[in-house]
Amino acid sequence: MADNTSSNAYWAANKRLIGLCLIIWFLCSFGFGILLRPMLSGIAVGGTDLGFWFAQQGSILVFLVLIFFYAWKMGKVDKEFGVDE
Amino acid sequence: MDQFTLNLLVVGATFALYFGIAIWARAGSTSEFYTAGGGVHPVLNGMATGADWMSAASFISMAGIIAAGGYDTSAYLMGWTGGYVLLAMLLAPYLRKFGKFTVPEFIGDRFYSSSARLVAVICLIIASVTYVIGQMTGVGVAFARFLEVSSSTGLYIGAAVVFFYAVLGGMKGITYTQVAQYVVLIFAYTIPAVFISLQLTGNPLPPLGLFSTHIESGMPLLAKLDQVVQELGFGKYTGHSDTTLNMFLFTMSLMIGTAGLPHVIVRFFTVPKVSDARASAGWALVFIALLYTVAPAVGAMARLNLINNIYPQGTQSDPIAYESRPDWMKNWEKTGLLKFEDKNGDGKIEFYNDKSKDEAFNTAAAAKGWAGNELTVNNDIMVLANPEIAKLPGWVVALVAAGGLAAALSTAAGLLLAISSAISHDLIKGTLNPNISEKGELLAARISMGVAIVVATYLGLNPPGFAAQTVALAFGLAAASIFPALMMGIFSKRINNKGAVAGMLAGLLTTIVYIFLHKGWFFIPDTNSYTDAQPLLLSIKSTSFGAVGALINFAVAYLVSNATEAPPQKIQDLVEGIRVPRGAGAAQSH
Repeated sequence: MADNTSSNAYWAANKRLIGLCLIIWFLCSFGFGILLRPMLSGIAVGGTDLGFWFAQQGSILVFLVLIFFYAWKMGKVDKEFGVDE
Repeated sequence: MDQFTLNLLVVGATFALYFGIAIWARAGSTSEFYTAGGGVHPVLNGMATGADWMSAASFISMAGIIAAGGYDTSAYLMGWTGGYVLLAMLLAPYLRKFGKFTVPEFIGDRFYSSSARLVAVICLIIASVTYVIGQMTGVGVAFARFLEVSSSTGLYIGAAVVFFYAVLGGMKGITYTQVAQYVVLIFAYTIPAVFISLQLTGNPLPPLGLFSTHIESGMPLLAKLDQVVQELGFGKYTGHSDTTLNMFLFTMSLMIGTAGLPHVIVRFFTVPKVSDARASAGWALVFIALLYTVAPAVGAMARLNLINNIYPQGTQSDPIAYESRPDWMKNWEKTGLLKFEDKNGDGKIEFYNDKSKDEAFNTAAAAKGWAGNELTVNNDIMVLANPEIAKLPGWVVALVAAGGLAAALSTAAGLLLAISSAISHDLIKGTLNPNISEKGELLAARISMGVAIVVATYLGLNPPGFAAQTVALAFGLAAASIFPALMMGIFSKRINNKGAVAGMLAGLLTTIVYIFLHKGWFFIPDTNSYTDAQPLLLSIKSTSFGAVGALINFAVAYLVSNATEAPPQKIQDLVEGIRVPRGAGAAQSH
């Protein structure tokens, strides 16, 4: 295992990345899909509004991008800290 | 060839395929029985996770609930996909690094306590059995329709098939059969949806069709749907009639429940590397999203087609007469899941919302001589009936029946495996009798599967809700008990054995009591004190309480841990170790 300071830095980098991804995760589902839907009601999408699109379709697409982005980015972080398999 | 023979042929052919694969890949050792020897490719694993994940709730039930609830039911769509983000980032890679077979094993080791392991086993069994009840409901509906029997008979037949199926093979059999089942279920789900989307909007892709123009009326499809449902006194399809609080908590419950359900987490123990665990979650979601982006289109289009079937001249004109009802209604009447009652004796099928809050609508309905809604359609039949409603060819109808069964069987099998491994591996081998032989352990695993099926079948006769709602309760339970323990076990070094046990018990008990208060004690009808229409706390329905339970779990664990001693150095090193990918071996049993 890597020494303690670098493993702490690795964990901090991981947590920062998770934090960023989860902000987007929250915003695109709970945010645009539920809480902020009234604010987005002016933006029309195919017979309804943007909030409805996010709730029934957009959020799922964002989730997909997020997971692959995280997996890719963490692969790089693993190498950077020398903890890859 | 008539529809019945066609159904039998298609369903029979797919079953022969699954059983063939199960026998070919029959599990030999305990390690193969639980985790397929750790050598499954991420894409295949993703596909198998997809099949495992997408159960009767996703396939048979969800689109029907969306059809009935519109925007309010978006929680199912966001919740059952968004959980994978949490899984990929907060749990899967570290649990893979930890490298054991079962979720209770991790909890037992991390919280250095066999009582923690025992509590985890109890949480797992309660959540999984509730989940299997939902599957049984779905299996019952599917078998009832394609064998043309009542839904209870369908349930018995389904239970027998699930039993033989799950007991025969272990995880390895299941992994490869599940790849086959995924392929069957995704074709079965999307092919009718493509046909229907083409009929209604001219767009072959259902997710785009949902937001396209309805050919017949020239209006956007969703605007047309909003118009016809409102003309029948229902709430606007795209409107928000649930409370924001309940919708928020419901979505959250389903998301963290997804990340806390053992049969899904176990999947990530079977990939070769930690980085594969992250990618596997992504691949799983790719295969899941194929169905989940189609489901809202299926729901909306099914609702529109159903109304058009009953009001072919438009919702302002008279509905069809019962005597001239289409064949699909006659077929479903046999199952008892679709009922017509001629309340005003005019022989016509008045299908509308007789509990509308719109007084003008109620007056107009009364003026037409309507004496109440005359058609009850069980939500769980919508997906299976959908191709018949849209008058699609017979082979599509048969394919959907096969797909629904594939979805229900694969998940039921995965859950039963999680239950049986919790009992034989964690409870018997881990706590009660550590010297049990490998053969004895496998036997115990198979017996516990059998018992779980019997219990789930019995409770499935009077399910606490539609398949997807029952399953949602299981998610609430997993969310309140298992997810917080796992997450804190990885992200905090301070949470100790006492904190974890207290947290899990507090989360599980508050949630299960809240559910029983609303759904009846042990789901026995009429023993409930509240209903989801008028819940105990604010507007929080029993299906949404899991998020609150999780919060209680986190808070109790934090407070108790901080009031008691810190975990030993050995455990803190273990936590350090699982946070770094390097050095992950194959999954071990000891």
